[in-house]
Amino acid sequence: MLSSKPVNQKAWWLVLPVVICVAFSAVLPLMTVVNYSLQDIFSPERRVFVGTEWFALVMRDDELHAALWRQLGFSLAVLTVEIPLGIMLALAMPAKGWKASAVLVMVALSLLIPWNVVGTIWQIYGRADIGLLGAMLQKMGFDYSYTGNATHAWLTVLSMDVWHWTPLVALLCFAGLRSIPAAYYQAARIDGASKFAIFRYIQLPKMRGVLMIAVLLRFMDSFMIYTEPFVLTGGGPGNSTTFLSQYLTQKAVGQFDLGPAAAFSLIYFLIILLLCFILYNWMQRVGTTDKEGAGHE
Amino acid sequence: MNENRFQKRTLFLILYIVFALLPIYWMVNMSFKTNAEILSSFSFFPRHFTWDNYRTIFTDPAWYSGYLNSLIIVAINMTISISVALPAAYAFSRYSFIGDKHLFFWLLTNRMTPPAVFLLPFFQLYSTLGLMDTHIAVALAHLVFNVPLAVWILEGFMSGIPREIDETAYIDGYSFPRFFLTIFLPLIKAGVGVTAFFCFMFSWVELLLARTLTSVDAKPIVATMTRTVSASGMDWATLAAAGVLTIVPGAIVIWFVRHYIAKGFAMGRV
Amino acid sequence: MARIDLDLAHSYQANPQQDEDYALLPMKMSFADGGAYALLGPSGCGKTTMLNIMSGLLAPSRGSVEFDGRNVTQLSPQQRNIAQVFQFPVIYDTMTVADNLAFPLRNRKMPGDQIRKRVAEIAEMLELSGQLDQRAANLAADAKQKISLGRGLVRHDVSAVLFDEPLTVIDPHLKWQLRRKLKQIHLELKLTLIYVTHDQVEALTFADQVMVMTRGRSVQVGSAEELFERPQHTFVGNFIGSPGMNFLPARVHERALLVAEHRLGLSRDLALPEGELKLGIRPEYVALSAADDPTALPVKVTQALDIGTHVLLTGQCGDLAIKARLRPDQEIPRCGDRVWLGVLGSHTCFYKNEELLPC
Repeated sequence: MLSSKPVNQKAWWLVLPVVICVAFSAVLPLMTVVNYSLQDIFSPERRVFVGTEWFALVMRDDELHAALWRQLGFSLAVLTVEIPLGIMLALAMPAKGWKASAVLVMVALSLLIPWNVVGTIWQIYGRADIGLLGAMLQKMGFDYSYTGNATHAWLTVLSMDVWHWTPLVALLCFAGLRSIPAAYYQAARIDGASKFAIFRYIQLPKMRGVLMIAVLLRFMDSFMIYTEPFVLTGGGPGNSTTFLSQYLTQKAVGQFDLGPAAAFSLIYFLIILLLCFILYNWMQRVGTTDKEGAGHE
Repeated sequence: MNENRFQKRTLFLILYIVFALLPIYWMVNMSFKTNAEILSSFSFFPRHFTWDNYRTIFTDPAWYSGYLNSLIIVAINMTISISVALPAAYAFSRYSFIGDKHLFFWLLTNRMTPPAVFLLPFFQLYSTLGLMDTHIAVALAHLVFNVPLAVWILEGFMSGIPREIDETAYIDGYSFPRFFLTIFLPLIKAGVGVTAFFCFMFSWVELLLARTLTSVDAKPIVATMTRTVSASGMDWATLAAAGVLTIVPGAIVIWFVRHYIAKGFAMGRV
Repeated sequence: MARIDLDLAHSYQANPQQDEDYALLPMKMSFADGGAYALLGPSGCGKTTMLNIMSGLLAPSRGSVEFDGRNVTQLSPQQRNIAQVFQFPVIYDTMTVADNLAFPLRNRKMPGDQIRKRVAEIAEMLELSGQLDQRAANLAADAKQKISLGRGLVRHDVSAVLFDEPLTVIDPHLKWQLRRKLKQIHLELKLTLIYVTHDQVEALTFADQVMVMTRGRSVQVGSAEELFERPQHTFVGNFIGSPGMNFLPARVHERALLVAEHRLGLSRDLALPEGELKLGIRPEYVALSAADDPTALPVKVTQALDIGTHVLLTGQCGDLAIKARLRPDQEIPRCGDRVWLGVLGSHTCFYKNEELLPC
């Protein structure tokens, strides 16, 4: 908003507690992972330094590429559905009164269920013989089977994620909307603005901050998704819903190979980091008012 | 024309709420059935209504201690996360200092890391420290993803407050703590409410780390729920009942922070 | 440009019983076409409520609002064609200054070149011409307020411009510039302007007529001079002026005026009712007097503050404190001195039950 912030190195004191907490939890373990990724571990005593061999191995893996593409497709689909839906939901939710509280609680419920339970419930929910969704779809004439049909499996996993996580986007946007002073709406009424103009010129810009958080969070979390699809489809049918996290776990747990697993973890992390970095900077540029921008649009 | 728009919004809202509540209803439905009934046929209402599943949970200490442990872990985590995040978010929002942009992004990267990466290192770390199977271990472990999130969300809301408010307060003679608590915090109520809820939520449902770092004393409910697979197959009914009960604390938290999230930002005279 | 007539009362409660339940007590008021008015009063006196009722953002619980004789009580702000400037700048962040100013006109589907011309006119008047292509969000607070104002002025047929304490976030050294600009606009465009403020300097310099309000009612409407010379109510005497009017409890007994047990000489033609009253005299009109002057009171000087342009003297007469503004070139008494301060003169006002007595 304002052009520049005052420089104040003493601000580091305010940030120090956070740095300590996170560094303690993150830096030390990460160093261990890097350590493992560069060694071949036969047993706790026998380790051989192998340099970047694991990294090369991991990068050449075809199945990895397939899982990566599936993952990218999934994350893209998730963002495309959840962000607009979340915004629309936030706009539709009442702002005041008992209705606001009731709707808020009802919307947030899906976020509170442990992820393995989410998968488990949808497992039954989606079965044509004993589940509500499955039965409904069957009655409507679809030959629905998330265990047999890859497309159905994809759609089910997607629907489950949308059901589970859209409220996150909605809650963030809802809080953002509540921060807009009434005077803006009053001025817009006086200016004769249409409802769409109010959305485009007042609500959307003011939600920019929270939307960025929502997009990045959903991207990250969908990219790392493990429990829910694993419980629901187990990665199948075949490996049509095997996303990156599951692939990693299969490799690490199935083969007890810490070296490649650690290497893959790092690569995984770096991919997310890269994509988030790109997304973050792109959103900053699109949204922010920068000093150089003044004068030319 | 206003009415038309209003009806469309209400219709959409109702449709969404139905969509949101159906699986939850299904879970509640399942929680009042037996496993046999769940797996045998489709029934909208339980044919043989039973309280057994809930009874199991309330009487088996392994189950209800799980809830207690979860509550303790989450409470510790929320308190630490928000307390350290508030000053940091203020610093990021108001000041520019050496390495600020890099530090902020580094914080975000911690949220981006797949939890599996931390599994083994945390296991080793907390074993060494002798903190295995304690509430504090899990609470500290969860700081990895909750603190960055808290700083991130709070910074966003803080940046929406014009700096004139801070300056006016200093001119009026407020000390920093007094200004922060009596003027600033109320203005970012929505942000604090959302942050509190998300910290609660992410810590409450986190499974991997919680299960790895605990065994008996501090085992949270999410870990207890994974042991519902036994020789006779998945215990769907008890799991459903446990799921229903898991929602309750979260609903209470949302109820408490609803005023923070729903109340508007009133720009009155400071 | 419109004449605004109000005949209303407003309460935020469903069934108001006593005066305290009303945000605006029943009142009738007219604002002449093209006049510049200020609504002056402390926080909570109802001035913002009144402004919002005039603009259409709030509907009065009872009564009506008329623009040029037309009942607009149920009409929206857009339909009334008013413009409102708020306490903090309300601009569209994503647009340039030019787009901000053009927005109301675009919503009315005015042709593009007419819009451009009008925007240029208004930008010129507000001294924003050089910044038309800049992103509005980057500008300083006073420029943003000018944009807010400009959006209101850009429509040709705006009926009135309403200001809700618009200089609140402006730096002090820029306030007078903006005030001057507002006055200029008033003279050029001859619009009906209504300005809400709690700052008497702003009100008195901006407006032709100031309406002083307290606790939901208007206690006096008048020019700066009228408010200063003849406050209709002790509240006005207190609120206007720096420091406010001196109020001395007095008693009239058998045609004699007693203040703090001291007898003051009343002139023959001053007809005052018997009983308790208040004597009001502004510090500006309290002068040093000779001893035993029948129009003066003996005081002991407790404070003499040199303000630069004048000296503020405080004297105690019994329990009463009397303030006087003295010219710095006079002989200034020191603390502890006993002097006589003249309180009875042509500028003295008398109040019974807080209301001015005609004299």
